[in-house]
Amino acid sequence: MMRVAGRGLIDRETPLGFRFDGREYSGFAGDTLASALLANGVRLVGRSFKYHRPRGILTAGSEEPNALMEIDRNGDITPNVRATVQELHDGLVAHSQNRWPSLSNDLMAVNDLLSPFLGAGFYYKTFMWPSAFWEKLYEPVIRHAAGLGRMRRVHDDTRNEKAFAHCDVLVIGSGPAGLMAALTAARTGVDVILAEQDSDFGGQLLWSGETVAGQPGTEWASDIVRELGAMDNVRLMRRTTVTGAYDGGVYGALERVSQHLATPEADMPAETFWRITTRSAVLAAGAIERPVAFPMNDRPGVMMSSAVQQYLNRFGVLAGKRVAIFANNDGAHRLADDLMAAGATVAGVIDSRADAPRSDAFRVWPGAVVTGTKGRQAIRSVTIRSDGRTFQEEVDCLAMSGGWNPSLHLSCHMNTRPEWSDDIQSFVPRDDAVPGLFAAGAANGDMSTRACLNSGIASAKSALKRIGVTAKAPKSPEAEDRRYVIAPLWEVSNAKGRAWLDFQNDVTTKDVHQAARENMQSVEHMKRYTTQGMATDQGKNSNINALAVLADTTGRSIPETGTTTFRPPYVPVSIAAMGAGGRGKGFAPERFTTSHDLTDQQKAPWIEAGLWYRPSYFPEAGEKTWRESCDREVLMVRNSVGVSDVSTLGKIDIQGPDAARLLDMAYTNMFSTLKTGRVRYGLMLREDGFVMDDGTTARLGDNHYLMTTTTAAAGQVMRHLEFITQCLHPEWDVRIISVTDQWAQFAVAGPRARAVLNGILDKPVEDADFPFMSCGDVAIGGIAGRLYRISFSGELGYEIAVPAGYGESLYALLLAGARAEGGGPYGMEALNVLRIEKGFLTHAEIDGRVTAFDVGMGAMVSPRKDCIGKTASERPGLNGDARCQLVGIRPTGAVKQLTAGAHLFAERAAAVRENSEGWVTSVGYSPVLESYLGLAFLKNGRARHGEKIRLVDHLREVEAICEVSGPVFFDPDGGRARG
Amino acid sequence: MRIKCPICGERDRREYYYVGDAIALRRPEPDAGEEAWDDYLHLRDNPAGRTRDLWYHEMGCSAWIVVERDTLTHEIYDTGLASAVTKAGE
Repeated sequence: MMRVAGRGLIDRETPLGFRFDGREYSGFAGDTLASALLANGVRLVGRSFKYHRPRGILTAGSEEPNALMEIDRNGDITPNVRATVQELHDGLVAHSQNRWPSLSNDLMAVNDLLSPFLGAGFYYKTFMWPSAFWEKLYEPVIRHAAGLGRMRRVHDDTRNEKAFAHCDVLVIGSGPAGLMAALTAARTGVDVILAEQDSDFGGQLLWSGETVAGQPGTEWASDIVRELGAMDNVRLMRRTTVTGAYDGGVYGALERVSQHLATPEADMPAETFWRITTRSAVLAAGAIERPVAFPMNDRPGVMMSSAVQQYLNRFGVLAGKRVAIFANNDGAHRLADDLMAAGATVAGVIDSRADAPRSDAFRVWPGAVVTGTKGRQAIRSVTIRSDGRTFQEEVDCLAMSGGWNPSLHLSCHMNTRPEWSDDIQSFVPRDDAVPGLFAAGAANGDMSTRACLNSGIASAKSALKRIGVTAKAPKSPEAEDRRYVIAPLWEVSNAKGRAWLDFQNDVTTKDVHQAARENMQSVEHMKRYTTQGMATDQGKNSNINALAVLADTTGRSIPETGTTTFRPPYVPVSIAAMGAGGRGKGFAPERFTTSHDLTDQQKAPWIEAGLWYRPSYFPEAGEKTWRESCDREVLMVRNSVGVSDVSTLGKIDIQGPDAARLLDMAYTNMFSTLKTGRVRYGLMLREDGFVMDDGTTARLGDNHYLMTTTTAAAGQVMRHLEFITQCLHPEWDVRIISVTDQWAQFAVAGPRARAVLNGILDKPVEDADFPFMSCGDVAIGGIAGRLYRISFSGELGYEIAVPAGYGESLYALLLAGARAEGGGPYGMEALNVLRIEKGFLTHAEIDGRVTAFDVGMGAMVSPRKDCIGKTASERPGLNGDARCQLVGIRPTGAVKQLTAGAHLFAERAAAVRENSEGWVTSVGYSPVLESYLGLAFLKNGRARHGEKIRLVDHLREVEAICEVSGPVFFDPDGGRARG
Repeated sequence: MRIKCPICGERDRREYYYVGDAIALRRPEPDAGEEAWDDYLHLRDNPAGRTRDLWYHEMGCSAWIVVERDTLTHEIYDTGLASAVTKAGE
């Protein structure tokens, strides 16, 4: 056991049992999986991606590249979880990844022996030829070997949430800078969100052992958090990583809600993806310590210096009993003090600076470097070069520190590059990189606690000033203010052996040198050639080192070399969390008509029409296929009567003295001349001359119209009318509103339609006083409704509308009435056949590519007025013989089937694209005419009625000889609808 | 991205439907000629910088809005009701 008595913030009264790779271990509440594994002496926790090298825990934060695990919740496996982020809970089960058959005996480690052949650009150079091998051999083999965690290959039922929050000041990070910023802002009364990715607030105060305002840092942090927590205007969000900065003060954030709990409540999501909208923000995300590239620096037991300190001071875990420290800055010396106080042996501090501070308590080798490590699956000794002498020291842990890189990622998410600071030998955020985002603390390059506290206050004042609030700044507490002294050290030179930069992807300094030699000198090229920084950690602790090595190799400075692009998300975010709520029924809202339940009771299969659900057909006993039902329903409408819910059609109420002008502008034909109580079919164009939509519009009064649109185009037409009235003619006095949801409307069609209606209307209607294309008010049981005599089936037909609250009752009445007349309900399939028989259009025909001329309605574009699309519709290319025109087709050869989507060819022409003369848009079987019927667009089709044409459907392999006709197959003079 | 609707206030861009250049407000007369109509229907600048385009507050108040913004920085300079712009003949 590596646990040290009396240290850390863990709860030693609450032991927790967990399993790793099948073995039982125990830890304490407050542990992470990583700290608990270290406490149990587990050093080997994973394998690297490419060479399958043994990997140990490197860091103590979300930047961890090595300790990736599968977390197994009763067989529900989450891969690539960072053990440094996963909080320990009782019964946690974790598996190591990327090894076979076991972690300590991984056969894929043979890759490591092959490493001389697997350097940068290996894939590009090796798998080039023969090209056929790529698909059949190379790719499957590579794919098998690639990837870290396993996919379960079953549907993931993990529930996630999405949430939205708004505030005045968002503070990102809760170290000394973040806490002071939050406090400064909160005390002014503005709304503050403090987001902390860790399970606890305090940042480095949780483990640095420093005092603030004379208190231990942890206690000072708790006091501030307590004060903030008591304020109504503050929301404290722990376990919440801000992942991206977007336009207009929008930030993405990922909250880990229940994955740290042994038994989450049933309604708890695993994670919540937040979209936080804020007026200003403070970036106080701290800094990430960077490794040093020296030979064999990837051995388990080689860890970040700050991680060793964090495991000791926060979790009470010694990462080693005999520790050496290799550093280029003063932080290492503080770690040495802490280790000795905890009873560990400090083998010595290897400090690359010739003027390194000395110590009486431990050995310091100034101007020294580490040139290698030894050990099989964990470090056993370190090779040191000092004063021209090379020797070995036995250690079980080597802490390293190459300095600190500010976590400035969010400041670069809007396409700004950071700027280089010689003082801290790293990049710092640029001012105004993200409008309204102010960097503070270590994220801003302020490396002492005192400087962090001060810049926390200053940044909050800037953030408040931006939103017009003046802050009375709190007094900055006393704290440590040591100067951060660092000498650059990226790569130990003149040392033999591979030196790792990216531990997960196995990118070594040699790869970067090679990339530079092969002219991949741009940092973006180097990245892609070597895969540097392309692992799950996105190079958080390796990118700066890699570009420094590249700079060195190419003889440029680091600022000249530049950084790669920082992109969201800052930490891995599962697609499931980002798309939370969008699965299954959550993908799109559902719109139900008032007849939905009664229709469902009749076992009608549903078909989606936009967001609406409409019945396909109504199966009756003995009917085995949809066609049997459809044929019966068509004949029912033609011979007696059918009822269909048409509420899904768009209904737009138009009122005002200029209502008629609006309609004349929107439709190609005249509506100002329509008489009150009458209905007219209208055609609508887009401004470019193509057909947008069609439908009927009723004139209910002098200044009052009701327009219907197709179901699919209701939103588009509404937008279009708003465009005309707001953008083109704001001077018109007209108001429009969608009433689609307010009215339930049913078609009653067939020779017995009037009999059904008169069975329920308070006052019966006669043929003469309610002729075809008329409309008027009616009442049903005292309820006011509207009646339209219109027909989409070609039969005597009415559409009756009532306020939606009465829709279900009316539907029930109509069904009963229809059944009494030998009729019943009909669905979308029958509706489609009925309208094909009549040659009526739907969006299958008016698909955005056809003109009024094409559909045979050129004459409907009124010459007496302007309308949207009129000028463009007169262009020569949109009219004439070269256009494909609407026709009807009917099979006349041996094959009697037609298919929509098929193309039309001359009888003897080869069925190739160049010979296509048109296409089929709709087909249906007409039980009345006992034949398949089709609507199609055919080149110069109106002049070709009576011709034979060959239909070829390459996909469904249907070929049929057809006769071309006009699009109206049934009752061409329309007598049935009028009579 | 947040866009200020002159009627509803600042809202998420997902509430809006985007159309394109505010040239759509300046519809030519029917007899303005082919060139004017070609311009109106088809020809668009693609500025790197300040642009003026039309958005529709579809999930809000249904207002058509003229938005002046920067295609490089995504900064939004100003928004106004399209009806007011048309009335002013801008």
